Amino acid sequence: MINTDSLKSYCLRLGDNSLILGHRLSEWCGHGPVLEEDIAMSNMALDLIGQSRGFLSYAAKLEGKGRTEDDLAYLRDAREFVNCMLVEQPNGDFAFTMMRSFLYSVFAYLNFSKLVNSKDETISGLAEKSLKEIIYHYRHSADWVIRLGDGTTESHQKIQQALDELWSYTDELFEMDEVNEVLIKQGIAFDLKNLRAEWDQLVNEVISKATLKRPGDNIYKSKGGIKGIHTENLGFLLAEMQFLQRAYPGAKW
Amino acid sequence: MQITESLLWKTLNEIPDPEVPVISIVELGVVRGILIQEDKVVITMTPTYSGCPALKAMEEQIIAKLTAEGVDKIEIKLIYKPAWTTDWLSEETKQRLKDYGIAPPPKLTASHILPMLKDKSLVQCPFCNSLETKLTSQFGSTACKSLHFCNHCHQPFEHFKCH
Repeated sequence: MINTDSLKSYCLRLGDNSLILGHRLSEWCGHGPVLEEDIAMSNMALDLIGQSRGFLSYAAKLEGKGRTEDDLAYLRDAREFVNCMLVEQPNGDFAFTMMRSFLYSVFAYLNFSKLVNSKDETISGLAEKSLKEIIYHYRHSADWVIRLGDGTTESHQKIQQALDELWSYTDELFEMDEVNEVLIKQGIAFDLKNLRAEWDQLVNEVISKATLKRPGDNIYKSKGGIKGIHTENLGFLLAEMQFLQRAYPGAKW
Repeated sequence: MQITESLLWKTLNEIPDPEVPVISIVELGVVRGILIQEDKVVITMTPTYSGCPALKAMEEQIIAKLTAEGVDKIEIKLIYKPAWTTDWLSEETKQRLKDYGIAPPPKLTASHILPMLKDKSLVQCPFCNSLETKLTSQFGSTACKSLHFCNHCHQPFEHFKCH
């Protein structure tokens, strides 16, 4: 029998990752360094928020309490969000945003490539859709990582700093718990450990082209996003994202 | 008048895509099915891109158009499988895109995923057919298009991304 609670938790993780990164990228709208990049980041934000709509509405349906994807996005508190901490980190400068997108989209690309074979029809359908979109995000961010890393002294220094700062949040992408165990047994989800080698290879390929130095692994690595543990940044993000529905419950336009 | 499935397909085929009005929403491939039930008509749709903002506009236009045709109750269902692909655009539709100034998408190959990661292939300019074009940005005015520039006729143009 399919464990509905586990499936719901899993969909929340996938949906929250996309939602939070999508919101972060949407903060660039109107602030991009050049028009094309402003459009690119808004496009990627749209893709991600669209993906999260699919996963969150499925989670709401599985929950069966009459909540919608909007309720899940706007009316949950920080401790109930189960995204990884990488995606909630503030935008910083353009290099930081591109590096964050790059590290995430390599992971999402590998994860969705597996999930297209999920035995759950809805997940495999959403994964197929998301995969096509994430490939563009991956290419776009990888191009910028290379261009900035192999660019001027200043751009190189900024993108290296972004990589160093974000590195603490990369192990967490592969974190699993009993929810994953249950779904792996049923062929709905896949073992994230198996993605690690390929993630390392794809990331190494780009950072070496970008003449960047891969940070050492003897640093503090965050853990616990899937359990609702977050950096302080998520609270500030939610305060802005959820403001309207919190101040005017049920507002529509 | 008797409402038939073929009549409804024809009706929906008159609705232009809100963002690329030169092709209809049926030609675009987002309308996946029409089911006439006793008390309602069920339309199944699939988004081109997950976050495509035109989807809402399409739904509204479908409801308006079918209501005018005499359908009382319409239900719109969103499906994600099979995922939308540019391969559903017919050759004729692609030609219409080109005439409109948008470079049409090439056909997807069977194992498109990895090549797409490295793909830097050239896009043909829809105005002068030159291959001397360059990519300006992978993201354009709508989710489904990228921006290019033709070095031969010096025209910027859009490309309907292969998806």
